[in-house]
Amino acid sequence: MSTDIPEGKETALKLADSDFATDRREHDVKSAVLDYWNRLKAGELGALPALIGLASLFVLFTFLKPDTFLSTGNIANLSTQALPITILAMGLVFVLLVGEIDLSAGVASGLCAALMAKLLVEGGQPWYVAVISAIAAGIIIGTAIGWLVAILRIPSFVVSLAFFLGLQGITLWLIGEGGTVPVRDEVIVALATRNMPIWLGWTLAVACAVGYTATQLLRWQRQHARHLHSKPIELVLIQCGVVAAVLLGATYVLSLDRAASPLIELAGIPWGVPLVGTLLIVCTFILGRTSFGRHIYAVGGNAEAARRAGINVVRIRISVFMIGSGLAAISGILAASRLNSVAVSAGAGNTLLYAVGAAVIGGTSLFGGRGKARDAVFGGLVIATIENGLGLLGTKAYLSFLITGVVLLLAASMDALARRRRSNVGR
Amino acid sequence: MSVTPALDLRGIEKSFGSVTVLHDVAFSAYPGEVTALVGDNGAGKTTLVKCIGGIHAFDAGEYRFEGRPVRIGSPREATRLGIEIVHQDLALCENLDIVQNLFLGRERRRGLTLDETAMEEMARSTLSGLAVRTMGSVRQRIATLSGGQRQTVAIARAVLWDSKVVILDEPAAALGIAQTQQVLEVVRRLADKGLAVVLISHNMNDVFAVSDRIAAMYLGRMVAQVRTSDVTHRQVVELITSGASGELGLRR
Repeated sequence: MSTDIPEGKETALKLADSDFATDRREHDVKSAVLDYWNRLKAGELGALPALIGLASLFVLFTFLKPDTFLSTGNIANLSTQALPITILAMGLVFVLLVGEIDLSAGVASGLCAALMAKLLVEGGQPWYVAVISAIAAGIIIGTAIGWLVAILRIPSFVVSLAFFLGLQGITLWLIGEGGTVPVRDEVIVALATRNMPIWLGWTLAVACAVGYTATQLLRWQRQHARHLHSKPIELVLIQCGVVAAVLLGATYVLSLDRAASPLIELAGIPWGVPLVGTLLIVCTFILGRTSFGRHIYAVGGNAEAARRAGINVVRIRISVFMIGSGLAAISGILAASRLNSVAVSAGAGNTLLYAVGAAVIGGTSLFGGRGKARDAVFGGLVIATIENGLGLLGTKAYLSFLITGVVLLLAASMDALARRRRSNVGR
Repeated sequence: MSVTPALDLRGIEKSFGSVTVLHDVAFSAYPGEVTALVGDNGAGKTTLVKCIGGIHAFDAGEYRFEGRPVRIGSPREATRLGIEIVHQDLALCENLDIVQNLFLGRERRRGLTLDETAMEEMARSTLSGLAVRTMGSVRQRIATLSGGQRQTVAIARAVLWDSKVVILDEPAAALGIAQTQQVLEVVRRLADKGLAVVLISHNMNDVFAVSDRIAAMYLGRMVAQVRTSDVTHRQVVELITSGASGELGLRR
């Protein structure tokens, strides 16, 4: 017998075909912009809220504090202020991507910094031993949390809350009540308080701009040659231009002499900035270009589907907590470098909430499966700008808490609304 | 009939505790044909499919794959033989795009990095092989696709790996008319490419539209395996509801 689709149903078939829109391999600028607009309307906001927020904060604080906020000294200060938050947030992006949370990341960073300080001061160890031990301690903490979450399936909220308390206890025991450990090691202190030579800063900035442009163009060329899905070349060029302009512009500002007295010279990019840049490149590579990164997104999107596809979900869950706490350790080291000491309260208080806020403001979803490493940078800058600006205004502590709380709430509600919008649009 | 069935099961018994779910079930699926597996709720269709896919182990019976007796102890072994099941819930990651879903867990790599170019090209050719006139862009996220398109992606994932038997569990259950037609066309196309397709469905119109054979189950027994052209709509409904229809089905 004939098993073709029976006669008389051709109309239905045609209807079905039209359901699958024709393929537009070559996007021109107009359709790309339209696509972007449609994605925005569908709740795929990406980094847009963070960028708008950052711009309006800059305008606001420039208006309120015209002399100080945009001064070169304050810009440099802002950039080092953002470093620890950004790195902590970058680690949290991994955890948030699989739909978990690590509330202990902040105090883990404090504990690792305390361990490093102890090794430097009382152990007399060289800086690299101290740094490696601190990062190793972070990874061990992450493994423990990950194991409890992934194998025993205790909600990460509870596990990390327990660690939040427990790790503070260990820090207290390490440092002693009310104490601080000074950090005087040249290399560690240099991370957040010393600057690169100006020539090196320019070389790195130009190298990054050229490297970024080359990668983008090469990818475009490869996709274009094989008729794969690609962005229009104009947009690629604009994107490269913007990135290059930001890189070089920031380098220019940071290379200006910002010393208060004409007798000394203070200029250059703080050493911590290229460190964050390197972490950003590495994390972006891992998340976007490796199968490990792909599996992280898959677990966050649909863990059951990932499991059925043969992905080792338990391993992915544990490893994101390892990455999260490992990066927290690095963040703790930078915070210690900035303050030249580690206090008992290091990483406690609002550190973690700032970092979660940074990730979410940057565009990482609290519901898992959506987010990028760069979100931590954008969000970290927003949070640091708020902190910095309010500091310049001499805002009372209670107001700072209130304002930061409101900003966090705004970011989280935007995330939730965007998510609702996405599920509504899904046909 | 000299064609070797791709899948040939005989005397399959399966019970959960004291409840016998499958009783002396025989089932075969032939390459190049769509075999519809029909039966009322609780007739044992899903259990049979899970036994075929290695999710459940059956208690007794003979399992032949392309004429060879095989033992399948896990879903992985079934996949290795080339048996793929498209479950009703599809198991797609909505936050990933079509290419990423098709290759999920089996990504192509070039050194350390993902070989996106090769994956996109392969995805495109598989989808066009299914006569889906490509779904807009293969770089769309699943979240933006319609139900029929999602079903097609799930089916494409099953056939991307040189599979020989594809089992579809109620692919049209949640779809509209046009989308159902789209999926049925894809199902037909799979069989035309030489795969053995097993289609579980409750919808008689779909079954008659697309299948070559019908296997009807009733209360854990296989009551009839017939060619679709030899039976009528009414006979199949009777087989499903009472286990017999005239000459066909269980002896009274």
